[in-house]
Amino acid sequence: MSTTTMTLAKAITAGLDKVLATNPKSLLIGEDIGRLGGVYRVTDGLIDSYGADRVIDSPLGEAGIIGTSIGMAIRGYSPIAEIQFDGFVFPAFNQITTQLAKMRARSEGRFGAPVVIRIPYGGGIGSIEHHSESPEALFAHTAGLRIMAPSNAHDAYWMIQQAAACQDPVIFFEPKRRYWLKGEVDTENPAADAFKAQVIRPGEDATIVTYGPLVPVALAAAEAAREDGRSVEVIDLRSVSPIDFDTITESVEKTGRLIVTHEAPTFGGIGGEIAARISERAFLSLEAPVIRVGGFHMPYPVAKVEEQYLPDIDKVLEALDRSFAY
Amino acid sequence: MTNTVHEPSEQALIQLLTPEGERRSHAEYDSYIQDVDAEMLRGFYRDMALTRRFDQEATALQRQGQLALWVPLRGQEAAQIGSGRATRPSDYIFPTYREHGVALTRNVDFPQMLRIFRGISNGGWDPRENNFHMYTMVLAAQMPHATGYAMGIQRDQAGWDAERLEKDGEAVVAYFGDGSSTEGEVHESMVFAASFNSPVVFFCQNNQWAISVPFHVQSKVPLADRAAGYGFPGIRVDGNDVLAVLAVTRWALERARRGEGPVLIEAVTYRMSAHTTADDPTKYRLDADEEAWVGRDPLARLEKHLRDNDLADELFFKQVAVDGDEMATRVRVEAMAFPDPELAQSFANVYAEAHPLIQEELKWHLEYEAGFADTTEEGAPR
Ligand SMILES: Cc1ncc(C[n+]2csc(CCOP(=O)(O)OP(=O)(O)O)c2C)c(N)n1
Repeated sequence: MSTTTMTLAKAITAGLDKVLATNPKSLLIGEDIGRLGGVYRVTDGLIDSYGADRVIDSPLGEAGIIGTSIGMAIRGYSPIAEIQFDGFVFPAFNQITTQLAKMRARSEGRFGAPVVIRIPYGGGIGSIEHHSESPEALFAHTAGLRIMAPSNAHDAYWMIQQAAACQDPVIFFEPKRRYWLKGEVDTENPAADAFKAQVIRPGEDATIVTYGPLVPVALAAAEAAREDGRSVEVIDLRSVSPIDFDTITESVEKTGRLIVTHEAPTFGGIGGEIAARISERAFLSLEAPVIRVGGFHMPYPVAKVEEQYLPDIDKVLEALDRSFAY
Repeated sequence: MTNTVHEPSEQALIQLLTPEGERRSHAEYDSYIQDVDAEMLRGFYRDMALTRRFDQEATALQRQGQLALWVPLRGQEAAQIGSGRATRPSDYIFPTYREHGVALTRNVDFPQMLRIFRGISNGGWDPRENNFHMYTMVLAAQMPHATGYAMGIQRDQAGWDAERLEKDGEAVVAYFGDGSSTEGEVHESMVFAASFNSPVVFFCQNNQWAISVPFHVQSKVPLADRAAGYGFPGIRVDGNDVLAVLAVTRWALERARRGEGPVLIEAVTYRMSAHTTADDPTKYRLDADEEAWVGRDPLARLEKHLRDNDLADELFFKQVAVDGDEMATRVRVEAMAFPDPELAQSFANVYAEAHPLIQEELKWHLEYEAGFADTTEEGAPR
């Protein structure tokens, strides 16, 4: 077994390296991803190994990055595009939703545009505006796209490779505040299917579903709850579209209680979708309503108050208390 | 190439055939049409006439309620046939939604094109068969795709020498309208193409109107002038002159294939009919304006040239008319006979790989529809 300890960021670098090495049609494109190695250095060094034609420092234009990626994909290439920050994906929103997502439907299944879009996302890093957002629900609502969000180094290493191999377009949301989180990466044994959720902590009394940056929060909350005598199961969704409802349903049928937590605003978010589906699928197993713990209905607040905005251990514990109160 | 001077607004309009059908010589561009003989000229006339006839038939079908909408192109035939005939089959074309004439030059069968407007398909034809991409309804969205495709070509052709590039090199043509030139994606596609020196020809049909908004609201300078800002040549051509359009597009494509980068062509033309069948041009434009452009009709111009120079006889024009009517009948019959699609099929085209939500919803849909089927078979509810 070849297990190495890496940060989540370096695991993505290593995964990208693997993709570039094995698929000669794959290439990276984005702002500052070449010489600089990306503002988070996720593509560091790759231009030295693969050259400027495969690690493309693009002009500054998000619609251009995604639009040209679509064109390269139509030509038979497999582009992996980087959007520098979550809040800057919107100039490319049109290309992603009206073009990328629909290429397969519009060509009547003849071809798609298997582009991967990497986006560092989420808050908790004390940054300025438009550098801390969680826009996943805006894309999850669009048919034709797949959305992944790894939470640990091992998943990150494998999921970026699975995203690159996928014949559908994938938006790969990287939890930027976990970029420096170290973990064991087994480079021989692949992670599970990227579109399957994983029970990362078994429990009997309640289930917490989350993904990306909040996974450590959910685990810590479950650990704290154990001290109160509550056995809490934690599910890492890994894929935000499609959502593995089977794994959640099975868990809720066992525990009877469900908390969904994500950084994105609660209203209209992924949590609402999970709550609705689980109510349909497991109504009779539920001992309490599904409770969502997410961001408020406001633009992401300034860094000095973001700790009050972000779901944390205490907010998840409060939600568990409410659930157990039924 | 010499066409790199960009005096604002004063760029000459390249013209090789006057509105009166007279051949004008041009020091630079004549060389690009030396092979054009009488037979080819008759071919261009035929292409343009068939395109116009198709447009007329589709307009009629829309009026009869057989198409949800039609996008006429009357007046733009020379811009489309001239540019389309300048391409090689291996060049890839990204059209907007009005390129029915270009489609003809790419052997897309006309009835297939009505599938979009008849509500049967959002694509219609197989883009890979003729290197003619699907129509794009979101204005300018196809522009960066064209640049990206050209970036792919560059990678495929890496290491080719000049001779091979000249012979087998591929290029891309991206069509867009004067109104679309305002969209940000046009700008980004041009910046990317310039940055990477990609083999893409940006072909604007300036038909003077973006629905009811005239060109001068979109741009204070001729569109071709903008190319200078990106660092590649821009050229204005009489879009109603099939020879001039052919010549400049060949020039641009050859240049692109040789690795000399993008070109912006502004074909100055006029949309003689409505923007779409849902439009009412009497609300925004003057009859006098329209009449002036009727005098510059691209078909009449070539017809005059052919007749005045004894390059085609009466029989030829009669035959083209007969062939046009036959084609129109075939279009009508075939388009009317397209079966309606099944919604169930749409589920199959959302994702390439298995997707649980799609599977769940398809199953529900089929069971739901099957429930109705039973009721019909057994007759009305008891
Ligand atoms: C992004 C977008 N905005 C608006 C429209 C609606 N629309 C369709 S055609 C058109 C005018 C287009 O003008 P132009 O680009 O000059 O092309 P033309 O139709 O004249 O050939 C408008 C506003 C659209 N299809 N896409």
